[in-house]
Amino acid sequence: MDLLRLITAGSVDDGKSTLIGRLLYDSKSIMIDQLEAIEKQTKNKENGAIDLALLTDGLRAEREQGITIDIAYKYFSTPKRKFILADAPGHIQYTRNMVTGASNSDLAIILIDARKGVIEQTKRHSIIASMLGIKHIVVAINKMDLVDFSQDVFTNILLDYTKTATELGLKNVIYIPISALLGDNIVDKSVLMPWYDGESLLHILENVKLHDEVNWSDARFPVQYVIRPQTLALHDYRGYAGKITSGSYKVGDKIIVLPAGLESTIKTIEISGQQVDEAFASQSVTLQLNDDIDISRGDIIVKEDNQPKVTQELEVLLCWMDAKPLKEGNKYLLQINSRAVKSVVKNIEYKLDVNTLEKLSSPEKVGLNDVIKATLRTAVPVAIDSYLVNKSTGSGILIDETSNSTVGACMIQ
Amino acid sequence: MHTIEYLDQLESEAIHIMREVAGQFEKPALLFSGGKDSITLVRLAEKAFRPGKFPFPLVHIDTGHNFPEAIEYRDRLVNQLCEKLIVGSVEETIREKGLTVPVGKFASRNALQTFTLLDIIEKHGFDACIGGARRDEEKARAKERIFSVRNEFGQWDPKLQRPELWNIYNGRIHKGENVRAFPISNWTELDVWNYIRKEKIDLPSIYFSHERLCLSYQEQLVSVSPFITIDEDDEIAMKRVRYRTVGDMTCTAAVESNATTIDEIINEIIATKTSERGETRIDDKVSEAAMEDRKKNGYF
Repeated sequence: MDLLRLITAGSVDDGKSTLIGRLLYDSKSIMIDQLEAIEKQTKNKENGAIDLALLTDGLRAEREQGITIDIAYKYFSTPKRKFILADAPGHIQYTRNMVTGASNSDLAIILIDARKGVIEQTKRHSIIASMLGIKHIVVAINKMDLVDFSQDVFTNILLDYTKTATELGLKNVIYIPISALLGDNIVDKSVLMPWYDGESLLHILENVKLHDEVNWSDARFPVQYVIRPQTLALHDYRGYAGKITSGSYKVGDKIIVLPAGLESTIKTIEISGQQVDEAFASQSVTLQLNDDIDISRGDIIVKEDNQPKVTQELEVLLCWMDAKPLKEGNKYLLQINSRAVKSVVKNIEYKLDVNTLEKLSSPEKVGLNDVIKATLRTAVPVAIDSYLVNKSTGSGILIDETSNSTVGACMIQ
Repeated sequence: MHTIEYLDQLESEAIHIMREVAGQFEKPALLFSGGKDSITLVRLAEKAFRPGKFPFPLVHIDTGHNFPEAIEYRDRLVNQLCEKLIVGSVEETIREKGLTVPVGKFASRNALQTFTLLDIIEKHGFDACIGGARRDEEKARAKERIFSVRNEFGQWDPKLQRPELWNIYNGRIHKGENVRAFPISNWTELDVWNYIRKEKIDLPSIYFSHERLCLSYQEQLVSVSPFITIDEDDEIAMKRVRYRTVGDMTCTAAVESNATTIDEIINEIIATKTSERGETRIDDKVSEAAMEDRKKNGYF
């Protein structure tokens, strides 16, 4: 059984909460006491029917105001797959929350209200999904029950969205007509839409091929921690602990440590204390090398014949996440994997309108939820890849050193 | 090609988080309760740091109302591990600080634990505490970050959380603040049990079916102990039970069960229609926001 991480994009009006509730309910992930609690709250509110949105609204302020403030994670599984669903709110600070949720997602469900078709919000969600490099997009055209399960409505929206997808270069887009409220095409195929020749939503989620999510070719190993037992028996043991973020490593591989450029070969690879000959992306391992060289947290071990770029100047797409505005010349800490370095925003090239893809040159102000293209200069060299080729070594966060907050998300170009 | 089993993915993610804690903080600690989630954390710490020592001590907040089986297990485990254990005694905090002890039928010291925890954090200067909380447990927890910043009073502010992107964790804090780190945030109850089965992890005996004298109270079974008040008209009977979670004897309810093996427990959990906390925690039923309120006050 494997794991699919997904995000649902849409607002309450599109039936997002109903869809999540439906997926949880139909996969038997809602327990009786949780349903009872929702029923009780629904009664407290005196607004009638069971409100499945209450399942995802976890904080008191959210329930009181009937809004979702923060991203929530929901878990469900079927015999085929385990799912981690990031539920990003539609109303407040949407870009920031969707970027956060999308950063760890393999698949995005973009919800469209069949009565409204492709609207500005649909484009915004799609632009963010493409910017974050989500490989699989499922466009779920919801509320088909309100348009008489009409094939024409579905086809028109599909044709309309295809334009957006082409513009954004989105591949692997799957279109599905559903009614989250009534359960049509959610778990089983709907008898009311015999013209639809695809599979049910759950079937799609269970069968999407995940292999391409990981970059298997460019070996990258950021060192998180150095294990030094310093006991009599293990006096010379120096284990470099970390997670292989892409590619694979074999015992005997010629490696190079960046940014310093030191060379060595791999002596042992350990996974949970067991020695193995080879290890792959997404495994947490401990490496020992044949030479005693100076390596510490923040360094990255790569193979000699496949190296990332080492530079002090980075072009990034940057999503700004702080209430204080971003200005050229501001200094922040840039954290990429386990490495944090000082950096300065050298140049802001343009601001991207996430509703239209229009580029506004030299913007006067960069505020919360804005997406910009900028150049960062770092105090010392960093090893990087392009985000769309290698997510892990192509992504970074900006930290305000005075507040310690995470204020920006960077996708290296 | 290299399909990775979901449990291996969750394990690797948790190890990565533990190593981030070790790499980013001066003085971390691992909060150990004797329950299955923190026992799982200990196994993950072994995987993350062996053959080295843990870069943190285990910290147990002892309410004085623990199950004796959990304490016995704790001491045995610490012995095997050869790692340091720090015990914070709620009993002592009550004495030293003159705290008012709650009264009532199931007078729970759950809220008082926070005082002892904050004392221990301050006394030892811990800047990060690793905990076994999971997001599937409770809806306030579903919103908490993996690195969750607490102010000097240990308080969580749900509206001031840092965005947490990719697998990059920002553990920067001001002096006096601390971080609670939750490596198994993305695990469900069933994932933990499947992992325990896969790793053949030993558990305290109370997780398995046994005979116990229980009091039935509002459809929940509470173990008879010196810490609860028994009234004349209480229904007390010997039951075959196991525990689904392990907290204090005063606030954890048992479930009727004949499951004596991990396989049998997993089958029961797959079949159950009640959530872990709903079935076994007396302290969460107080209000819709019971957990949120406790966390805002410095709770785990």
